[in-house]
Amino acid sequence: MGAAAPPADKRLVLVGRDGSRRILTAVSRPAEQAGLRIGMALTKAHALVPDILTLPADPAADAAALERLALWALQHYAPIVSPDPPDGLVIDTTGADHLHGGEARMLSGLVNRLGASGIFARAAIADTWGAAHAAARFLADPTSILPTGAGAKAVSSLPIPGLRLPPETAAGLHVLGFSTIGDVLAVPRAPLVQRFGPLLGRRLDQLQGVVCEPVDPLRDAERVSARRVFGEPIGAPETIARYTVALIGDLCRELEKRGLGARRLDLLFHRVDNSLQAIRIGTARPVHDEKRLARLLCDRIETIEPGFGIEIMELSATLAEPLVLAQAATSLIETEEADLAGLVDVIANRIGARRLYRIAPVESDVPERSVRRIAPLAPDNGATWPEGWPRPARLLARPEEIEVMALVPDHPPAFFTWRGVRRRVTRADGPERIFGEWWKRDAELAAVRDYFQVEDEAGERFWLFRSGSEAEALSGTGRWFLHGIFA
Amino acid sequence: MSAAANAVVADLRDRIRQFDGRAAGDRAVLPFGVPEIDGRLPGGGLALASLHEVCGGGADAVEGAAAMLFAAGIAARTKGQVLWCLTRPDLFAPALAQAGLAPGRVLYVEAGDEKSLLLCFEEGLRHGGLGAVVAEVARLSMTASRRLQLAAEAGGTLAIALRRFRHRREADAFALPSAAVTRWRVSQRPSAPLPVPGIGRARWLLELMRCRAGEAAEFEVEASDGEGRIAFSPRLADRSPAAGHGRRRAAG
Repeated sequence: MGAAAPPADKRLVLVGRDGSRRILTAVSRPAEQAGLRIGMALTKAHALVPDILTLPADPAADAAALERLALWALQHYAPIVSPDPPDGLVIDTTGADHLHGGEARMLSGLVNRLGASGIFARAAIADTWGAAHAAARFLADPTSILPTGAGAKAVSSLPIPGLRLPPETAAGLHVLGFSTIGDVLAVPRAPLVQRFGPLLGRRLDQLQGVVCEPVDPLRDAERVSARRVFGEPIGAPETIARYTVALIGDLCRELEKRGLGARRLDLLFHRVDNSLQAIRIGTARPVHDEKRLARLLCDRIETIEPGFGIEIMELSATLAEPLVLAQAATSLIETEEADLAGLVDVIANRIGARRLYRIAPVESDVPERSVRRIAPLAPDNGATWPEGWPRPARLLARPEEIEVMALVPDHPPAFFTWRGVRRRVTRADGPERIFGEWWKRDAELAAVRDYFQVEDEAGERFWLFRSGSEAEALSGTGRWFLHGIFA
Repeated sequence: MSAAANAVVADLRDRIRQFDGRAAGDRAVLPFGVPEIDGRLPGGGLALASLHEVCGGGADAVEGAAAMLFAAGIAARTKGQVLWCLTRPDLFAPALAQAGLAPGRVLYVEAGDEKSLLLCFEEGLRHGGLGAVVAEVARLSMTASRRLQLAAEAGGTLAIALRRFRHRREADAFALPSAAVTRWRVSQRPSAPLPVPGIGRARWLLELMRCRAGEAAEFEVEASDGEGRIAFSPRLADRSPAAGHGRRRAAG
């Protein structure tokens, strides 16, 4: 609604119709805290809470918004996404989580990004759609990952509405005394199916993964895509690779016509048993070079299980951006910088984009804060660390406490013991005093570290510091730590 | 040998190289700028399109700090970007900058395991646009090193396998054969005392343990400076000047 939206702290409810009754179809968080629930009659809500703000429900607009959200998830997260009305999205994350640093990171990232745009989302990853559906809605954690092969066990304590049944079936089960999914799974199937119809049995099977439940992927009409339908199902990796290259050719011609380059490509395989498999690749910059895209996709073909064969292959550029053409450097005036985008893409698609980075300086004297990771293709601004004080080649993740013998107040240690080895210091340099960054945390206001570079008898060099408050530094007391190893 | 015989030998060498699949132009080298070391290496320096192995000696076999700076110094003197593959993220980037490798020149890959590390190593070598690829590897089998050597030749890129062992006792594995062209061991030595309290330039014992078409040798050098150059140690301090001079002549 944009600027016309009512403030978030108002008790807002949406009102729809159920036959002749007017009921609440959605309640805001403050309204929920006041005791209002979805499905309550409007008259009862008015009686409970006098100052509620009511707006008419608009299911069509809700569905459209859900589809927009699904498209966003499709572009950013995984190739197979479908809206799960009225209030959910189902995403097949297989083969896509490596681009986001693993399942856990992907899930928390998704929920955080939605949270930043004002949507309180809950998410779960499970083997089956049914288990994930129940876990996302009824588990206490906003994000949960169910163990592989034990999805049904993990959701067995959740209530009946997690089964995706029509309200009357859920109510009927409740009348019979079933309260959790586990209760329903534990009793013989036939009498229940006789009473409630085949849907209940199917939902239970889908939850356990006995019956497969393909997700019908959302398609975007404006997307550039190419498709091949095979008369005879294919299965050999070489054949798949050959058709992948052919599809990339079709796609690149179309991209070139529109002046676009692909940032994300999805290759979907429709198998003869009606299930879907997908490969997703991402690139750092828009690409429409056939060879490079073919290389990236063919690298991942081994992750596909063709089963009894593949009927349809469908390649689409889920995220395409205008291609920026740059003047090629001439060898007369400048040397050509090698283009690393291809290498970055190949490595990022194999081991994950987060594992490929540059390290940039940060203006901080505290050693562990003086570096940060930036994107591999970030422009080089020539910044570097201040020269002068030597820095160790290896920095321990956590400084390790050592036992020392040192003259107070500001002499380097004469002996120190690290990891059980006692070393005599022959030469030393220091102290280099580093103050705590009081603007970051109050506790650092008085913190001081005095760093010394020391060399032992064998020539090995270490970076030690004495930590403590200002007063301790003046008196030379304080604990000693080893923080790094020089060469 | 007469000049004619020399020409025949040179011609034969070229032909053998062609059988190996290497063009004559692949023989570019990166000199250390230290005549005593360069004189021991065939071609007068480290062969650019090949694999070199570096390992720390003693306690440094696990930490590999000196070996890392030695590798950084070599990489700093190549042209172009450097790919640095690692499995343990304990490298402190400011030290690389102090060895002459500016932060804008290094691209880091943090691989989850040895297998993907070798994969990224090879990928970087085959790309051909990088100046050098350095990888901190624990295990390097003959097959893997052969693949890397071929990739280095194909891409024309300098490859440095920085061996970092998990335990000190695993360091014996450094004696196992590999396809690397040269193999170096870098150990720390006590530095020369300064006339004032403080610490001078670090000093390394550089052992050239293996060198294809060359002989093993060892040198005592001063650590990489701000531009990645090592210097031959004058050895004035803890020996008499005459003894130091004699050794220097012997090594040269």
